[in-house]
Amino acid sequence: MNTQWITICKTQDLVKGSGVCALVNGRQVALFNLGLAQAKVVATSNWDPIGKANVMYRGIIGSESNTPYIASPLHKQRYSLLDGASLDGNSETLVMHQVKLEDQNVLVKLSH
Amino acid sequence: MSSLSQVKVVVVGNGMVGHQVVEQLRQKSDEVQITVIAAEARLAYDRVHLSEYFTGKTAEQLALTDEAQYQEMNVNFHLNTRVTNIERKEKFVETDSGQRFSYDKLILATGSYPFVPPITRHEQEHCLVYRTIEDLEAIQASADVSKVGVVVGGGLLGLEAANALKQTGLETHVVEFAPQLMGVQVDPTGGNVLKSKIEALGVTVHVQKATQVIKEGETSRYRMEFADGTFLETDMILFSAGIRPCDQIAKDNDLEVGPRGGIIINNHCQTNDDDIYAIGECALWNNFIFGLVAPGYTMARVVAGNICGHPQEQFTGADMSTKLKLMGVDVGSIGDAHAKTPGALTYTYENQPEGIYKKLVISEADNKLIGAVLVGDNSDYDTLLQYALNGIDLPEFPEQLILPTSRGDSPALGADALPNEASICSCHNVSKGDIIAAVDAGSCDLGAIKQCTKASTGCGGCSALLKNVFESELQKRGVVVSTDICEHFSYSRQDLFNIVKVGKIKTFHDLLAKHGQGLGCEICKPAVGSILASVWNDFVLQPDHVGLQDTNDTYLANMQKDGTYSVVPRVAGGEITPAKLIALGQVAQRYQLYSKITGGQRIDLFGARVEQLPLIWQELIKAGFETGHAYAKSLRTVKSCVGSTWCRFGVQDSVTQAIDIENRYKGLRSPHKLKMAVSGCTRECAEAQSKDVGIIATENGWNMYVCGNGGMKPRHADLFATDLDTETLIRYIDRFLMFYVRTADRLQRTSVWMENMEGGLEYLKQVIIDDSLGLADELEAQMQHVVETYQCEWNTAIQNPTSVKRFRQFVNSDEKDMNIVFVEERGQIRPARESEKVELSLNADEGFSSANSTDKAEAVV
Ligand code: SRM
Ligand SMILES: Cc1cc2nc3c(=O)[nH]c(=O)nc-3n(C[C@H](O)[C@H](O)[C@H](O)COP(=O)(O)OP(=O)(O)OC[C@H]3O[C@@H](n4cnc5c(N)ncnc54)[C@H](O)[C@@H]3O)c2cc1C
Ligand code: SF4
Ligand code: FES
Repeated sequence: MNTQWITICKTQDLVKGSGVCALVNGRQVALFNLGLAQAKVVATSNWDPIGKANVMYRGIIGSESNTPYIASPLHKQRYSLLDGASLDGNSETLVMHQVKLEDQNVLVKLSH
Repeated sequence: MSSLSQVKVVVVGNGMVGHQVVEQLRQKSDEVQITVIAAEARLAYDRVHLSEYFTGKTAEQLALTDEAQYQEMNVNFHLNTRVTNIERKEKFVETDSGQRFSYDKLILATGSYPFVPPITRHEQEHCLVYRTIEDLEAIQASADVSKVGVVVGGGLLGLEAANALKQTGLETHVVEFAPQLMGVQVDPTGGNVLKSKIEALGVTVHVQKATQVIKEGETSRYRMEFADGTFLETDMILFSAGIRPCDQIAKDNDLEVGPRGGIIINNHCQTNDDDIYAIGECALWNNFIFGLVAPGYTMARVVAGNICGHPQEQFTGADMSTKLKLMGVDVGSIGDAHAKTPGALTYTYENQPEGIYKKLVISEADNKLIGAVLVGDNSDYDTLLQYALNGIDLPEFPEQLILPTSRGDSPALGADALPNEASICSCHNVSKGDIIAAVDAGSCDLGAIKQCTKASTGCGGCSALLKNVFESELQKRGVVVSTDICEHFSYSRQDLFNIVKVGKIKTFHDLLAKHGQGLGCEICKPAVGSILASVWNDFVLQPDHVGLQDTNDTYLANMQKDGTYSVVPRVAGGEITPAKLIALGQVAQRYQLYSKITGGQRIDLFGARVEQLPLIWQELIKAGFETGHAYAKSLRTVKSCVGSTWCRFGVQDSVTQAIDIENRYKGLRSPHKLKMAVSGCTRECAEAQSKDVGIIATENGWNMYVCGNGGMKPRHADLFATDLDTETLIRYIDRFLMFYVRTADRLQRTSVWMENMEGGLEYLKQVIIDDSLGLADELEAQMQHVVETYQCEWNTAIQNPTSVKRFRQFVNSDEKDMNIVFVEERGQIRPARESEKVELSLNADEGFSSANSTDKAEAVV
């Protein structure tokens, strides 16, 4: 498994307050830009473990008592963007990937 | 009592009351042995809502219990079995199948049967009655082969039966022997108002007609000949001329019955045999038979109490006040409706143009309300009933209680003004005190209150009052009844609307910074997105708004289970040229989209990948289509029927009207989706009465209906205004829609909005028609702004490179999502099931992709 930092796209490819998706070594990665003024990016798996479709990046970003989360666009189950855990008590989780910004570039390091 | 386990109770009849006594007995004791003997083929069902069978309720949905529940409650039951004899000395009953059941206590809950007047030849095939589910099945079968139906009897049940016949599509008549309708509950003036309202709805009423004979008809199956020499032809006849108690087994076994029937009972509901009780509609108490379910329930409670060791409980009469809606016409009757009490004085209010009649009966001596009649508007019923039941002193000018609110404040009776004994739910005998006790015991939502007190789980008539009492109790305890939309804004949707408008706020970010906290969520973001669109009508995919939209709005299409989308172009009024049909077909074929005609008179194309959407729309727009907003909380479709242009019955051009209306309101963002329809005559082929706004052509213009709903909880629309010209119609719709947009909660359809509106339909009429809030100009101007700033969002989107960029599966690759796999069915695609995907040996876990599998997926399509 490749655990290098990989350059994915430019920061201007991100969408403020919403998500986009990237294909990284055959895996679908959802990139969420939580920052309103400045880009603040989180990366998770794009697979909706309950809806069983590659759609997480199309969900709505929200927060519950300061925990940012992403709500599935299919059936609204929410997953924390801090650790990928379900906020609705489900056992399903999202895989979190590391992400960083360097000179207008977005880099991702895949988890296993 | 020492040991109830020895006590054998036999209940005869499993109607609503017979079932209630079983529940009450079991609640009070797990030990008494209960045997139920029931003549009908099924256990108890909700007779009160029987008519809903015609609007789609099934026997299962009407059931009050089922066999498994009875088994669990350890109740023996015998269906299809009739008690024919009571051996009082040896204490057993005998059934028509020859079985014997011994009892310690016997409860007769045999109810009543419909009375059929002794008309010559009334026993023919299509002469029916209205009491059981089997009766309704027979009525439906008869209606299927009939065109005209007559109900004999213009009382409460007769009118309900007439409504049912009308719903089955028959030309409907009501024949009443007395000079007025509903003579028991309303006075002659009220009866007249009711008659004209019902006739306006297309049911012909014949009063003072005594049917003598039913002969063979000439134009229809039968001819009913009346005593005055006139006649009426019909294909079926439904008798609803009153009920008679089922008291034969009592008579045969020397239990006392009244001169006109009914098993005589004392305050403990005992017959002249101490071990035999009678309850419900078979019982005669104080020379009176109660034809309503609530008194029967009270009797059931008393008997269960008496048997289980509470001999002090007694039945001491019941309130016979009724509130109902007959064919959409409100009728209410409280206490001494006919002002028979010596010294009674009355106040009346009649509004002929609108068909509203209200009467108060008061006893001047002690300044109390003792009766009331309401026709055409029941909004004062709850308040008046509380005045009457609780002997509350009348206000200085009692007439204020029935005068229209716009002309002075009506002193509405707040929940706080009620004494603790005030009965809130008469079906289940729940007082205000009971509700307070439940709140004190920790019930903190309405559902819990309903569950533990049973309030509002009978006829449902008390639900608004229950809510008021409950909320006022919570408030007294310092609990804030939160109307906040979510944790990010301490405001209701209505507040947010006003903040956005008054504060000229144009973005979510701005609103959050000034009036909220956190990041927002999937609740407040779409709600604010919708408010911003209603007020400013900017392009919804502007960068500031993108993150607010539900996924469907973000991609201007409806997401399907596999992450693909559907495409629905607007087909205003359902009218489409052959050229456009062909163009649509060509696009569908080119992109291999699954095609289906929707329930909204247009065509839905499914299975588009996100990256295909702009390409598909580019082609559709070139062919002259625009977005259908199937993805948005906004106007969906305005259905039409062909109308006067083609149809031989049409009286106005419904198609043109529907197209004009659809084009006017398309794109309007609202709290929930909006549906409308226009029918060209009263046959109503466009089903306008199930829409948020329904329009039905008349000889003189258009009738406007509002707040109908299909879907999960269907609601028949209310007639709002009649015979409007087009200009007035549009003006009213403008105001109606904008008022809804301003004041409704998020995701609240107009039907639910109406159900929760204080003052109901009458209030809405005052606001929209009489402009009682002075808002009309503003509402119209705001609508005009939305109309003038309309844009086809897809057209804007495909011309905007930033927007088009959104429609990529991957920011860094042109690959496709390999988890999307189709198989063929009936010549079109459909999403492959998980098992099929496994078979196709595709890795369905995380978007696995390789050149080979791409080929494979394509090959399947
Ligand atoms: C396509 C269609 C079914 C069909 O094949 O005929 C349909 C499909 C959907 N309906 Fe519907 N409804 C369709 C006509 C209806 C109708 C009939 C009508 O409009 O005459 C009704 C009942 C009438 C009414 O709304 O009062 C209807 C009542 C609902 C409801 C329940 C609404 C309610 O108030 O109870 C929902 C759920 C909701 O909105 O919350 C719903 C939701 C949906 C959704 C959006 C469910 C979803 O979230 O995926 C479906 C997606 C459509 C899509 O992907 O394109 N659909 N839906 C119909 C599209 C009509 C159109 O041309 O726009
Ligand atoms: C269409 C309709 C609408 C109504 N609307 C309302 C309303 O809005 N509000 C309201 O308060 N009330 C309404 N009512 C009246 C209400 O339904 C009755 O008051 C209530 O059902 C009476 O219950 P019951 O158990 O006494 O009698 P029933 O429900 O008639 O039950 C009696 C049962 O006993 C059975 N039985 C009879 N004889 C024997 C025997 N010898 N052996 C075994 N079983 C026997 C019968 O078959 C029947 O099943 C309505 C009634 C109808 C028909
Ligand atoms: S009825 Fe249900 S399944 Fe059918 S289209 Fe409507 S929402 Fe979808
Ligand atoms: S009054 Fe009938 S449910 Fe409460």
